[in-house]
Amino acid sequence: MPEVRVMSGNMSAAYGAKISGVEVIAAYPITPQTTIVEYLSQFVSNGELKAKYIKVESEHSAMSACIGASATGARTFTATSSQGLALMHEMVVVAASMRLPIVMAVVNRTLAAPINIWCDYSDVMFERDSGWIQIFCENNQEVLDTIVQAYRISESKEVMLPTMVNLDGFTLSHTYEPVEIPDEDEVRDFLPPYEPEYKLDVDNPMTLGPLVTPDYTMEFKYRMEEGMEAARKEIPKAQEEFHKLFGRKYDVLDGYMLEDAEYVLVTMGALSGTAKETVDELRKEGKKVGILRIRVFRPFPREEIRELLREREAIGVIDRAHSYGSRPPVYLEVRDSLYGEETLVNSYVSGIGGRDIRTDEIKWIFKDMEDSSKKKEERMHWIGLRR
Amino acid sequence: MIKSLRDLPQEELFVSGHTACPGCGAPIAIRMIMKVLGKKTIVHTPACCLLVFGSTHPYTSWKVPFIHTAFENTGAVISGIRAALEIKGVEDVNVVGIAGDGGTADIGLQALSGAAERNDDVIYICYDNEAYMNTGIQRSGATPYGAWTTTSPPGKEWKVGEDRPKKDVPMIMMAHNVPYVATMSIAKPMDLIRKVEKAKKIKGFRYLHIHSPCQPGWRYDASKTVEIANLAVETGMWILYEFENGKFRITYKPKERKPVEEYLRLQGRFRHLTKEEIEKIQKMVDETWERIEKMEDKSD
Ligand SMILES: Cc1ncc(C[n+]2csc(CCOP(=O)(O)OP(=O)(O)O)c2C)c(N)n1
Ligand code: SF4
Ligand SMILES: [Mg+2]
Repeated sequence: MPEVRVMSGNMSAAYGAKISGVEVIAAYPITPQTTIVEYLSQFVSNGELKAKYIKVESEHSAMSACIGASATGARTFTATSSQGLALMHEMVVVAASMRLPIVMAVVNRTLAAPINIWCDYSDVMFERDSGWIQIFCENNQEVLDTIVQAYRISESKEVMLPTMVNLDGFTLSHTYEPVEIPDEDEVRDFLPPYEPEYKLDVDNPMTLGPLVTPDYTMEFKYRMEEGMEAARKEIPKAQEEFHKLFGRKYDVLDGYMLEDAEYVLVTMGALSGTAKETVDELRKEGKKVGILRIRVFRPFPREEIRELLREREAIGVIDRAHSYGSRPPVYLEVRDSLYGEETLVNSYVSGIGGRDIRTDEIKWIFKDMEDSSKKKEERMHWIGLRR
Repeated sequence: MIKSLRDLPQEELFVSGHTACPGCGAPIAIRMIMKVLGKKTIVHTPACCLLVFGSTHPYTSWKVPFIHTAFENTGAVISGIRAALEIKGVEDVNVVGIAGDGGTADIGLQALSGAAERNDDVIYICYDNEAYMNTGIQRSGATPYGAWTTTSPPGKEWKVGEDRPKKDVPMIMMAHNVPYVATMSIAKPMDLIRKVEKAKKIKGFRYLHIHSPCQPGWRYDASKTVEIANLAVETGMWILYEFENGKFRITYKPKERKPVEEYLRLQGRFRHLTKEEIEKIQKMVDETWERIEKMEDKSD
């Protein structure tokens, strides 16, 4: 029987890993991720979770140990944030390129300097091109459910790429909500034990990760792109089956009041909740506004976004990260998805370093979108910035 | 038990056809080690000469499961491999990391220390050619005092070349109080084989460190590899010992230690050394030898 418990985002992540039947965990503490590894070590210590917990001395070693374990055929899990993810970066790329279906919870936190423990997406945006599937959650139930789905997607033979499950530092990681924990036996029907095609096996020796010359490297890399293309098909399949078994529906994109919306704000993660509430208020005033939350950021749902957004008056994209000297990452991708369309796309950088994003600011953004569409000019703003 | 080199299995687990330089010490060591460890062995190697000469796609010299992932993480990767085998209930498999001195003494020291401190059930082997050879002979923490490398070039200001003594990783590993630490040389194969056999039987973290000459890096004639390795031991520049369950023992003592000059003069990397510098090195070796002899456990 599924059980409902009041849990933080981090607890939900730990339970997600537990019911997925992870076999090897290697992780290193960092705020705001730390409680994930605390819960997991407690599960292992209690014997509730039959897994090996490797007490590594850094995030670089956490990912390295996961790579070793995954290459030996174990289902592996790790979690980190910010500086930890940055330190891990080298191995993040190796994990994807070696086609290992590791799942990692990333509790988003800004990157130093200045050192700051609060949320934005600058940490994960540095891993944008790493070859990992990247999913952003809006609430704690979604965190737990997405971790279970992530193993299923990553381990699919055609995909074989790792997945990052992103949850907002503090806003989700340390906030409590009722979360349903599915029954482990039922999870097993959805997610059978991991059976890799290739692994380190003394009865069938093979060389993994050799030096590769320019003669072959391009093909290895192209196959990663094919894996991403396969993920485009596997993700909806996994979401659909998850819906059938557990009753909760997830999509690559999550639209709110979209149908007749003339002004659409594109969001990710937990701030989508505030944005949706603001939309409710504006709707009462008769404004045709809506939200499109990007849940799956890699592979990027380019075609879907184009279909959904091309005929709107204006689009606003909220980014919680910036690409210095250029334009922010999510904006660029949405803009690219709408290339050749007349749709106006505005950029709103906000929530940097954990700065609150308030309802009145989101209202201002919608007003700015209306105004910019009248004047037919695209706009770039940093929201809530003191000058 | 292997009583003589003839007892080593015929079957090669690190096969020829690899691209090491003529006279490279590393494949000599690895062939012997792999024969002792046997087929049920999984190897991780970081970025280093061994990775390049032993496994360039689509070729491989490895007849056992082999993996490379990065440069500084051998300690962590082998821990992960062992954890996976344990949770899967796979027994009787040696999990081995074979890394260069750079991947061990410098960039990989943190991951190595982590694995040692956790006493993970793995064997870590450092083949020590005393510089970053794969990238073209740059100094490492394990480069000995007085050696020329491309980043410790003797010149008007840096007359001596490398101006710091060799970092002593086996001693650092002993300070982790792991079950087994040993130093080895390709010139003393029976000592090497006995130590690998011993390491194979012990559970927990085991650290083996092999002195491994490099022809282009040390600048000597390719036919002299074993002779030079042997002189390192006979002069006391490299000391063979083992540390087992807290007991320290020197496993080979030259009847009469030869002057270090005999070792240094055969190698171009020491050619610039003055008489005074050589005397200084002799003094360093004498002191080290004295210190190490005092560490010996004389209880049995
Ligand atoms: C993070 C990182 N830094 C630098 C390098 C470049 N690099 C590759 S091998 C190597 C030196 C290896 O030296 P050592 O471990 O002593 O092995 P050797 O080649 O001498 O046998 C270096 C510096 C790398 N691959 N990764
Ligand atoms: S450079 Fe030195 S260590 Fe590397 S393969 Fe050649 S001889 Fe061996
Ligand atoms: Mg070296």
